[in-house]
Amino acid sequence: MTWETVIGLETHVELATKTKIFCSCTTQFGGEPNTHCCPVCTGMPGALPVLNEKVLEFAVKAGLALNCQITRRCRFDRKNYFYPDLPKAYQISQLYLPICRDGAVSLSTPAGEKHIRIHELHMEEDAGKLVHDPWLDQTRADYNRCGVPLIEIVTEPDFRTADEVVAYLEHLRSTLQYLGVSDCKMQEGSLRCDVNLSVRPAGSAQLGTRTEMKNLSSFKAITRAIAYEARRQIELLEEGKPVVQQTRRWDENKDATFAMRSKENAQDYRYFPDPDLPQLFLSEAYLERLRREQPELSPAKAARYRRDWDLPPYDVQMLTSQKALADFFEQTVALGAPPKQASNWIMGQVLGALSARGLDSRDMPLTPRTLARLIQLVQSGRLNRNTAVKVFDAVFDSDADVDAYVKEHGLEQVCDAELVEDAVAQVLADHPKSVADYRSGKEKAFGFLVGQVMRRLKGQASPPAVHAALHSRLDK
Amino acid sequence: MKIAQEIVDYVSALSRLSLPEGEKAAMQRELEKILQYMDVLEGLDTAGVEPMSHVIPLENIMREDRVMPSQDRGELLAGAPVPDQEAFLTPKSVE
Ligand SMILES: [Zn+2]
Repeated sequence: MTWETVIGLETHVELATKTKIFCSCTTQFGGEPNTHCCPVCTGMPGALPVLNEKVLEFAVKAGLALNCQITRRCRFDRKNYFYPDLPKAYQISQLYLPICRDGAVSLSTPAGEKHIRIHELHMEEDAGKLVHDPWLDQTRADYNRCGVPLIEIVTEPDFRTADEVVAYLEHLRSTLQYLGVSDCKMQEGSLRCDVNLSVRPAGSAQLGTRTEMKNLSSFKAITRAIAYEARRQIELLEEGKPVVQQTRRWDENKDATFAMRSKENAQDYRYFPDPDLPQLFLSEAYLERLRREQPELSPAKAARYRRDWDLPPYDVQMLTSQKALADFFEQTVALGAPPKQASNWIMGQVLGALSARGLDSRDMPLTPRTLARLIQLVQSGRLNRNTAVKVFDAVFDSDADVDAYVKEHGLEQVCDAELVEDAVAQVLADHPKSVADYRSGKEKAFGFLVGQVMRRLKGQASPPAVHAALHSRLDK
Repeated sequence: MKIAQEIVDYVSALSRLSLPEGEKAAMQRELEKILQYMDVLEGLDTAGVEPMSHVIPLENIMREDRVMPSQDRGELLAGAPVPDQEAFLTPKSVE
């Protein structure tokens, strides 16, 4: 039998606000345990939450970018569970009236265009960090992360392959970074993903029993966990055994998923509206302002690059996939670099230098000004391309002044016609055999002569100038 | 609404509370009494009345995204049941 895998995603994204969702403690990553805490985020009796206005704004911006309906009247609910990562014994979340619903995104995958529906997007607070202390045989709770704002984005079960899941997450990450809503760093846990997966006979309209996988902290882990879990479920069904609905944890080291203890599976959250937080009413004027503030997102940017600058599709996709890279490119062009040249330098040298250093495009040491100047020196014939690449490598980390570097190292291209003429004359006089070879039709000899002239000029002549000077003497 | 003994056990398990056998019957009566208020409300004609989640007519109460000093850690931890310099300690809850 042929089986079809059906996947839905729940993605938690930490918002890039300065303060927590319901108190004014900082959201800064790290910090000594329990130093970014106050009575509100440690759940002291009598403390009252007050919503951070930026959280609402970011959630609406994300929802608009994902083509969602915005809930004009919304509120928060309590999700009750007793576990020490949340000191109040409930998480403030949204169940009944989530801020955004019924969105959709279009993805381009190797297999073609794919449409993914967004079920809802809601606001909630993050939990604290628990660490087991083997000496005391007790659990240590650190509430620095407790109360950091999250949005949870829930899709419909529209994915069929791991490739589609990764394409969606890349789209989501790019969109949220463009909006400035989140930095989406998976390694720091600011983008986390739970995968709901079931299998069914191909062509069946009914959904199979699903499992939920947690603890997926990289695209690679997600891809492997999906392959593992689909195989596990298919094997069970082919042996005539049922799939049990449960939460499973992905173990990166063992390359397998494991059922979590049933205690962690007890799901009866007894939601009810949070009486501490008054309702929200979003006016048309408020929504209109946020709509106007939406930046140009990657699909629109990509269309513009193709239209205005006629760049190849692959370059366009790479340049627009990360906002920092697109900004870098546009600023370089704004400083006078021809778009095709700027794109070539970024696709080649810049991305190469970043990956060699393990850097993200957001941590780029080079400024657009320096790259634009370098391109200009090549365009004007003052540096040849090879020398320019050497200068690039030398100034990349320090963003040093290109002109000063070129001058200091005597790298400027010889464009003095007289110097080139002298060198050509000298080389022709020194190599009469090559001259004769060339004149008798041996094209190879020409390359040799070019090389000799370049050598005399220490590699700093422009190749077209040398070619022209040689031709004018040899072809007489 | 009648509260069965099983519901008392279930709710106390969800809350991680161990109720002594002797207190269960009292808890059962109290929960039942609380839920009787709901029966009173059920008796009202609410056709055409909009659902409400708050009695106070306030909306859009928010604060600016500006960092304020957090609480001193020593003060914050002073009320914890188990003394520690850095963290709140709880019975073992992770592996
Ligand atoms: Zn706080």
